[in-house]
Amino acid sequence: MAVELDVFVGNTTIMDEEVYQLWLDGYTVNDAVKVRMEGGVLEEFEASADVLLSDTMDQYRTFQMCERLLHSPAKLANQLLFQIPPHRQAILIERYYAFDDAFVREVLGKKLSKGTKKDLDDISAKTSVTLKSCRRQFDNFKRVFKVVEELKGPLVENIRQHFLLSDKLARDYAAIVFFANNRFETGKRKLQYLTFQDFAFCAGQLINSWTIGAVDNMVEDMDVDLDKEFLQELKELKILITDKDLLDQHKSLVCTALRGKTKAFNEMEANFKNLSRGLVNIAAKLTNTKDVRDFFIDLVEKFIEPCRSDRWTASDMRLYLTHYTNSAHILDTFKHQVVWDRYMGVIKSCIFKMYHD
Amino acid sequence: MPGKLKAKIVAGRHLPVMDRASDLTDAFVEVKFGNTTFKTDVCPKSLNPQWNSEWFKFEVDDEDLQDEPLQITVLDHDTYSANDAIGKVYIDIDPLLCSEAASVISGWFPIYDTIHGIRGEINVLVKVELFNDLNRFRQSSCGVKFFCTTSIPRCYRAAMVHGFVEELVVNEDPEYQWIDRIRTPRASNEARQRLISLMSGELQRKIGLKVLEMGGNAVVGYLQCFDLEGESGLVVRAIGTACTLDKLSSGSAPNTNTHVHPNTAPASNACNSPSKDGKEPVFGEDLPSFSGPPTPFRALPTSSSSPPPFSPSKPCSRQSSSSDTDLSLTPKTEEPLPVRCRPGIFLCPSSPTLSTDTLSLPGSGSVGCGHGSAPRATTPPPHSSVRSDSALLRKSVSFTEDLLLAASGMGSGGSAGKEAGPLKTLLRQQTQTALEQREFPFFTLTSFPPGFLVHVGGVVSARSVKLLDRIHNPDEPETRDAWWEEIRQEIKSHAKALGCHAVVGYSESTSICEEVCILSASGTAAILNPRYMREGCLDIGSTDHRFEEPSPPSCGFCHIPYDELNMPFPAQLTYCYHCRRQKVPDVLFTTIDMPPEAAVTGKGCLIQARLCRLKKKAQGEVNATAISNLLPFMEYELHTQLMNKLKLRSMNALFGLHIQISVGENMLLGLASATGVYLTALPAPGGIQIAGKTPGDLSNEHHILTIQKRINDTITKNKELYQINPPELTEEVVGSPIPEPRQRSRLFRSHSESSDELSELDLSHGKKDAFVLEIDDTDAVEDIHSLLTDAPPPTGFYSCNTEIMPGIYNWTTGVQMFTSVRVFRLSNANLTNQGLNKIFTDLCENLLKSFYFKLRSMIPCCLCHLNFTVAVPEEELIQVAVTAVAMTFDKDQTQEKPADKPVTKGCSETEEQLQFPLELCADSSSITTQTSSKISGVPESTNVSPRVSSLERSSPLPEGRSRSLRSNRSFGGSSVPVVKMTPLSFLPGTRIIKYLGIINMFFIRETTSLREEGGVSGFLHSFIAEVFAMVRAHVAALGGNAVVSYSMKECVLMENPNKNQAQCLINVSGDAVICVIETDQESMPSTINVVQTCSSGADGAT
Repeated sequence: MAVELDVFVGNTTIMDEEVYQLWLDGYTVNDAVKVRMEGGVLEEFEASADVLLSDTMDQYRTFQMCERLLHSPAKLANQLLFQIPPHRQAILIERYYAFDDAFVREVLGKKLSKGTKKDLDDISAKTSVTLKSCRRQFDNFKRVFKVVEELKGPLVENIRQHFLLSDKLARDYAAIVFFANNRFETGKRKLQYLTFQDFAFCAGQLINSWTIGAVDNMVEDMDVDLDKEFLQELKELKILITDKDLLDQHKSLVCTALRGKTKAFNEMEANFKNLSRGLVNIAAKLTNTKDVRDFFIDLVEKFIEPCRSDRWTASDMRLYLTHYTNSAHILDTFKHQVVWDRYMGVIKSCIFKMYHD
Repeated sequence: MPGKLKAKIVAGRHLPVMDRASDLTDAFVEVKFGNTTFKTDVCPKSLNPQWNSEWFKFEVDDEDLQDEPLQITVLDHDTYSANDAIGKVYIDIDPLLCSEAASVISGWFPIYDTIHGIRGEINVLVKVELFNDLNRFRQSSCGVKFFCTTSIPRCYRAAMVHGFVEELVVNEDPEYQWIDRIRTPRASNEARQRLISLMSGELQRKIGLKVLEMGGNAVVGYLQCFDLEGESGLVVRAIGTACTLDKLSSGSAPNTNTHVHPNTAPASNACNSPSKDGKEPVFGEDLPSFSGPPTPFRALPTSSSSPPPFSPSKPCSRQSSSSDTDLSLTPKTEEPLPVRCRPGIFLCPSSPTLSTDTLSLPGSGSVGCGHGSAPRATTPPPHSSVRSDSALLRKSVSFTEDLLLAASGMGSGGSAGKEAGPLKTLLRQQTQTALEQREFPFFTLTSFPPGFLVHVGGVVSARSVKLLDRIHNPDEPETRDAWWEEIRQEIKSHAKALGCHAVVGYSESTSICEEVCILSASGTAAILNPRYMREGCLDIGSTDHRFEEPSPPSCGFCHIPYDELNMPFPAQLTYCYHCRRQKVPDVLFTTIDMPPEAAVTGKGCLIQARLCRLKKKAQGEVNATAISNLLPFMEYELHTQLMNKLKLRSMNALFGLHIQISVGENMLLGLASATGVYLTALPAPGGIQIAGKTPGDLSNEHHILTIQKRINDTITKNKELYQINPPELTEEVVGSPIPEPRQRSRLFRSHSESSDELSELDLSHGKKDAFVLEIDDTDAVEDIHSLLTDAPPPTGFYSCNTEIMPGIYNWTTGVQMFTSVRVFRLSNANLTNQGLNKIFTDLCENLLKSFYFKLRSMIPCCLCHLNFTVAVPEEELIQVAVTAVAMTFDKDQTQEKPADKPVTKGCSETEEQLQFPLELCADSSSITTQTSSKISGVPESTNVSPRVSSLERSSPLPEGRSRSLRSNRSFGGSSVPVVKMTPLSFLPGTRIIKYLGIINMFFIRETTSLREEGGVSGFLHSFIAEVFAMVRAHVAALGGNAVVSYSMKECVLMENPNKNQAQCLINVSGDAVICVIETDQESMPSTINVVQTCSSGADGAT
């Protein structure tokens, strides 16, 4: 004796947000029922486990049928099959495209290819995000990547319009696409302490200032590829460390400004040349794709780690970088002010964001 | 040559990829009407083609316009091989043929394929230019309006109600033609869909002709059904009520629909000015037997009019089983002349009873006789013959009639003179005359304009078991017609036996298993006010007056239509607890909705009786005989269950009673659903008393005490739950002339209990106190347990199967229509009846629990119009399909309103109507302004959590709505217009401003990859969703934003999981309408304008 068929279809599609989340999280029907029972819906509503099972199955089926539409969210608004009020559509989409920080952290900067997809079970084991959910998230990344790849115009805006996502989520996706495209290395142990949000912030900075889109906003891939000319120009900054006078002058300007304002002054003074070389070398090497990939690693190794071992506080860091940037303007023989600002603006905010435990 | 049909194919979107290589499609469209086909150009390599075709013009007869659907086929062009079909759209152009309905069809339609489901959408424009044809002999009936709604549609008033129309057409089922062996499943499904579409067009046209002949212009309560008889063919049949409707001017319309009393408004309008222009009833055939003036028919009524006409209870009479022809009525007989016993009739008295089947119950005859305190004569029972064979059937029928005649003749003599005012008598006579002229004085309506329904007698029903002929014969319709004719005659005579001249809330259904077919019909015997039937018979005003005096609207319909002294069945009568002037029965069963003006105490609730009976597998006549033998028992038991459950809830009336008996190879399923109510006018129900068979056995006694206690507790709890606190005052006040004990004893009698009647009889004399259940065997114990297992709905929920819940008056706008289907597989071959009953009961109860759970976010809400359909698709399967609507209401107001409302209503209807809308407006004043956004948005509030919006903010709609509009826009593309659906005839908080035509669609879906589609549940889930989508799309294309009176008539699922295949047929119907949020009258006109512009705008946009 068994229920062989059991369906419930509403004219307005009924969706329970809690069940939707369980589905997104990759729970099987039975696990979802368990979770819901523990959650106490039953007592709240004097229902039996059967009722819960039947409800969960119905909703899972509905979500599966909707999934196709969620792949191109614009269709959700003008499809006829499900009558879903617009605010609910928005929730469905937003949740569908939401991702786990733990998962994205693993995939960030990797090529969104079949190969990576095969590694998803490892990632699933490591992050304890279910494999099903990993696949959904991975496919979402890939889908967004493919769509925006061929579009002109601002990356964030494109994502927002094509996938009807909120601004915040669109920015996160922009970061993911940007990282995947430039293949930034984020997986090294030294970078483990950084969260996805740290990277997303940095990506935002890079997109805004270092891509072609920062200067020309009607090119393909404008927000995805770094501005090659700019990278070339960065080589000019080398003069700051190769010209001894300039280096000394720069150091003394910075030291004068810092003296007495921080406890770490001695360390700053002692390390100035090293740190400066570190930053300028990073800039000079960015023409190499390989070095672009190591951008974050270099920042950490060449700058953040030394500072941290000298126990700079966050405000020390802020103070130092501000003066370091500004002092360069006072150097008479230093002609590359514009490039310097474009470079240091991003470096400064990235380092501020990345300088934590 | 009366019509030019024009169609234009605009564009497609979301088409499937037909060419794997390019991931694109080269689509073109064929537009076909009748035998003419046009094609669009191929739109290469696009999934969103823009054809923007020219106007394709078809010059056709209006007959064809009515019969044929416009067929649009989308194909993928293939240079080297045959073009692949993507899918089709069938558009019924009937709505365009009526000037008052839609003027253009324009919108996105899902492209449907019977194998793949919906595959993209196509935007189409269709118009019709109709030339007037005054040819008297024409075969078309363009312009006759059809409504599924079983009440006078909101924006019309009934000038005249002509009466019953029916028709059926028969054809071979393409699925069973030889050619089916060599064609693809797709071709076969499409042939079937198209055939059924043609047949329903033809049926509608024929019914329209009948209506025109009668002088009417519309069919209300149109009920169309399919009988898939397998090899013997395909029958499409329909019944309805022909009316002459006048459109209300928009200004006056508003009152009409408050949701509270749905009918009130229209009704009142109608009353005030019924137009008299209707013609005399056209139908004039007299039945031979009744035609003579002195006919019995008349006589009966007359007598009833007389003072105590028939009095019995109004009860319900039940049904008779048809198969046996006997009627059942129990009660009535009696009276002065004991002699008169009525032969075949069994009425069931008030309550209980089921008499019908009498045959089988030997006891029944005796019952009647036995107790009567009054002399009751009783009747014999009947003969029920089983009837697989029609000859037999006929015989029995005629027999009955003779008996009837005799009986009635006597009756008339006896009672005629009595007290009734001559006027009243006169009236009745007139009515009768009007009605007698009709072959069948039946009305498919379930709710009526005030004053239309004078008295209600009780439920009448008839069933008949037939063997389908194996050989298809072209003259088939005649056979089928004859079958139904027999049943209708039977119903008519049952009604007569109850002293009624008409049957309202009438419906017909079938259940087919292999070659056996059970035909069923049921309705409520009633006495109607002649005003609507005849032109100019009386001045209206005075009529009202006279009628009302004796029976105030809030209780008048409860007053017995028959002669108290002639009661043939053992009903117990009391003076009406409301007006104290007339007699009322102790219990009342009906198939109609509760009249809005009726006074009720507390709230109502859904009451279901469920029953399974095993039967041996058999073939042919043996099988038919076995089934007919079982029917009476089933009816009897269902009835008993209903009665017990009613008492358990401390209620005294059932509305919307619908009994379905479904046949399978090895079992019969019976499901009776109704909405129980405590009618203030009727006496309080007695309790339920448990009696042991063997008094003296101590342990047994103890056991009985326990059960008794549980029952009493349940009753008390239910009283609280449903807020039934009939003022004890009532009883005292009443001071009814009839001493209580007596009442009770009668009561008691009428219900026979499950066990044998003799004992009952005894009991009745002994303990008069209550309804007694005797525990004499384990079955009885089980029965009692099952009584107690019905769980009440959780807090915040109510449920009913009528349009609205008696006792709830302040609906808010949250609406969620749903369809749910469950199939249960019985794995244990050795099930007993008891075991089956339990399984079946649990199945129904669990379904209800599921609904409550799923809809919990709508609390407080009420599940209305819960319509259960059961079937036995295969030997070990039980299928239950439910369609219903959940509606939110405002809890706070609930309490206050009921009290005054009904009362006031009776007094001054007009005023009331005016007031009501005003009140509403006050609640939601801001709504007015918002109307425009609303239109498309009406639905919005519907969402899953409508309650929040409606309850928390006083004017929630606007905000929600405007927001949604905006967000729609932000979504870019053309957003899909929202279409609300409801099985009710109205949407709470809105006013219907236009009916756009009937929606009647039939779909077949088949799959050969069942597993891949998520198994049978996944398959059906998406099919139902697709059907909803197609209904919504058609309504939106007509310019509508809602479907009212929606129903799923048929859901036949066949599966073969081993072959990974399944097939499903679904038939749905409803009325497409435009509705706007209710506002006050001043703003009306503007509202309408706005709406229209908007909707047309929407058309353009989409």
